[in-house]
Amino acid sequence: MWPQLEPLLGKVAKPARYIGLEDGAQRPHHSPEKVAWLLAYPDTYEIGLPNQGLQILYEILNERPDAVAERTYAPWGDLEELLRARDLPLFSLDTHRPASDFDVLGFNLSAELTYTNLLNMVDLAGVPVRAADRRPEHLLVAAGGHCTYNPEPIADFLDFVVLGDGEEIVAEITEVIGAWKASGRSEGSREHVLRELSHITGVYVPSMYECTYEGPFLVATSPRYPDVPAQVEKRTVPDLADFPYPRNQLVPITEVVHDRLNVEVFRGCTRGCRFCQAGMITRPVRERPAEQVRTMVADGLKRTGYDEVALTSLSTADYSGIESLVGDIVKSTDQGPPVSVSLPSLRVDAFGVGIATQLQKARRTGLTFAPEAGTWRMRQVINKLIREEDLYSAVDAAYANGWRRVKLYFLTGLPTETDEDTLGIGELARNCVELGKGHTKSPSVTVSLGGFVPKPFTPFQWFGQNTVEELRRKINLLRDDTRRNHGVNVKWHDPKATHVEGLMSRGDRRLGPVIEEVWRRGGTFQEWSEKFDLALWQEAMANHGLDLDWYVHRHRTEDEVLPWDHLSAGLHKDFLWQDWRDALAEVGLPDCRWTPCYDCGACTGYSIEHIVASATPPAGGSQGTGQDLSSSSVPVSLLARKPEPVGPAAVR
Amino acid sequence: MRIRLRYRKLGKVRFTSHRDIARCWERALRRAELPVASTEGFSPRPKVHFGLALSTGHESLGEYLDVDLTEPEGSSVDLGALPERLSPLLPPGIDVEAVAVIDRSEDSLQEAVTSCSWVIEVPGSSPEALTAAADALLAATELPVVRERKGKKVSDDLRPGILELSVIGATPPDAPEQGAVLEARLATQPRSVRPAELLAAFDPPLTEGRVRRTHQWITSDGATREPLSPGAPSLAPAGAGAP
Repeated sequence: MWPQLEPLLGKVAKPARYIGLEDGAQRPHHSPEKVAWLLAYPDTYEIGLPNQGLQILYEILNERPDAVAERTYAPWGDLEELLRARDLPLFSLDTHRPASDFDVLGFNLSAELTYTNLLNMVDLAGVPVRAADRRPEHLLVAAGGHCTYNPEPIADFLDFVVLGDGEEIVAEITEVIGAWKASGRSEGSREHVLRELSHITGVYVPSMYECTYEGPFLVATSPRYPDVPAQVEKRTVPDLADFPYPRNQLVPITEVVHDRLNVEVFRGCTRGCRFCQAGMITRPVRERPAEQVRTMVADGLKRTGYDEVALTSLSTADYSGIESLVGDIVKSTDQGPPVSVSLPSLRVDAFGVGIATQLQKARRTGLTFAPEAGTWRMRQVINKLIREEDLYSAVDAAYANGWRRVKLYFLTGLPTETDEDTLGIGELARNCVELGKGHTKSPSVTVSLGGFVPKPFTPFQWFGQNTVEELRRKINLLRDDTRRNHGVNVKWHDPKATHVEGLMSRGDRRLGPVIEEVWRRGGTFQEWSEKFDLALWQEAMANHGLDLDWYVHRHRTEDEVLPWDHLSAGLHKDFLWQDWRDALAEVGLPDCRWTPCYDCGACTGYSIEHIVASATPPAGGSQGTGQDLSSSSVPVSLLARKPEPVGPAAVR
Repeated sequence: MRIRLRYRKLGKVRFTSHRDIARCWERALRRAELPVASTEGFSPRPKVHFGLALSTGHESLGEYLDVDLTEPEGSSVDLGALPERLSPLLPPGIDVEAVAVIDRSEDSLQEAVTSCSWVIEVPGSSPEALTAAADALLAATELPVVRERKGKKVSDDLRPGILELSVIGATPPDAPEQGAVLEARLATQPRSVRPAELLAAFDPPLTEGRVRRTHQWITSDGATREPLSPGAPSLAPAGAGAP
């Protein structure tokens, strides 16, 4: 449909985001025998293009003889208006085909506030937004990504959901859909293909389950048919070495976020930060072999022409053998044009800064650390076991090595948080500025405050989120406390957006009509601060007789049925509950990659293990927690017993 | 040595911005492993000098950029092979067509180019109506336009910047919207006239369809030439277009 689009693109902002043509873009050949996937990111091209999950599946599907895959992103309001005025549908970027040419519209869901964009894109695709209203000629609407560990708020709009790693499961899904396509997609066949899909481990078909409520409480989510699993398990790729993707990372022509080569060095994290959903649901740790990382970096730089490569993971400095890997990469890029290597998350200690110093030869402007909480007590609660000395040594090393600005990430609204913890953030920031003065005239420390949202499959999933007023009070407390401190700047996220994120994070199916109403009233791009509108959400909740406070601020009890209880990330619910009790008792839990197994379930449940690239644990222990690892080898074998959590004394 | 490259920008890629294409060039030059000179300092940048910006959405048959190489003229860099080496490293629709060594003392492209030729599709118009409108425009002694600059209203005259204007016929069958086609040569110095300004100066104003820059011209000491030095393949077909 390029001829229809072409005259429109001259009328919209940043038209380059709709043309495709990236280096690495596939040239898909559609044919009636192939299952056609339209992979979608429900936000703008600039945000969505770098998404590695989508790019990995894009390549894997196009390598298959029985599938083709193209990409699409949310059109900005100006183009949407022009499309709707001319009755033109959502289109693919690679060959500019209408969405109706595809069999599956598969979304990557990484942020809850994009849900209304998902509805908008389904609608633009010419498909009824409610799954129940779709007919055999309509494509299947699917979703994967971290948000799908609680897909219940959008269950009404999705035909199927994928839990966990997508690399292997897309093949199985393609086969089932291919058979459906070959059968002619006759009347009533939609129900049949969904039933078939529900038999694949890792696929959740919401319409095959029924929710039962007693009063305001959900009491059960049960399969409607005996052949549909009572609990859907996530999929885990046992070894990342089998999937050196993306092989041809897309190089966008126009500017996007994270515009650089990305090489995933490991997936999963066992650090055990209790607020972190990503760390919990992606276990176990699967490190990519160092040799493969080196090859992917070298080949990627050569192919793309990028001058920056990021080694990505949830905590890259914890990659075993990180020092030699970094040394090798620096050495290999020594000749030729300058290349900067970045780690998206830096470890809070001098070791982390040492690596950064080795990597970032030029452009030493700012370094970012994430201590997450202001006091040792609070950090024990969240299990981010960074000592003040670690932070100070990191900040001192950063200034000593020529960095001028330090950014510190903190969460506010954490369980058991007191004003002392909030003020502790100010104290840390002030001390960091003082340290900086030893090295530079006007050091700057930026404190970035994010409102904490409890997420499913974390030990904090039972915690009642702070109210907007309470978050605002804490932010103001810190602002007042640091107002006179030259060099300390406080930035914060809008607590109102945190509020709605909290609603989606732990909501249930009753939120479906609310999301639909917000979308129908124009509430798209809610993750964009200029578009976010709390009143829309409040009104929609009230219109459907639902209580925002009940969903967001209420503490859950141990016996409460949670909306995601019929799904599984491998973690035992009793492990999470025990970890929640430990949190309240201010008891830390060290990284299980280097210590005995706690049997959280992520390995044992699926008969898989951590895979490490080197038998050498990183210096100073995981995340610089000071764990003594000198005597331990790599404990990849599993223990049957469940050891007692280790207290702070053992950690120190 | 300094080399000057000429390239086309046609098709879907026309919707990219000048900055987008500048970044694509930097990546392409790195991938071609050309010995591009860098600036000194803390964050070295490749010494690449771009010509006049082309508006997002416009096509071009004649875009230019200058690149400084660390190797002297006559070195191992095979200039003749450069177009074929670079084009596949650039987005589809960007094709390098010619290259030549230029003297470092030459003015930069931004300083040197004095006018550009354009082909402009005007949807909804006919060659006859457009000819009449163009004649009326050319007959005007003054075409004042008011622009806002730093909060102040500034008035200036477009007429001296419209060097040539004619109607070349109806739009080709592949045009997204049917109409008539203007050909214009517009000054870039001392005051640059953009195609959109030209269309707005018509009475009534014309809407802009596809726009394609066909040539860039350097007029100095009474002679007019294209930015690539003699010897490089000429873009202008014999006997056509050259003013």
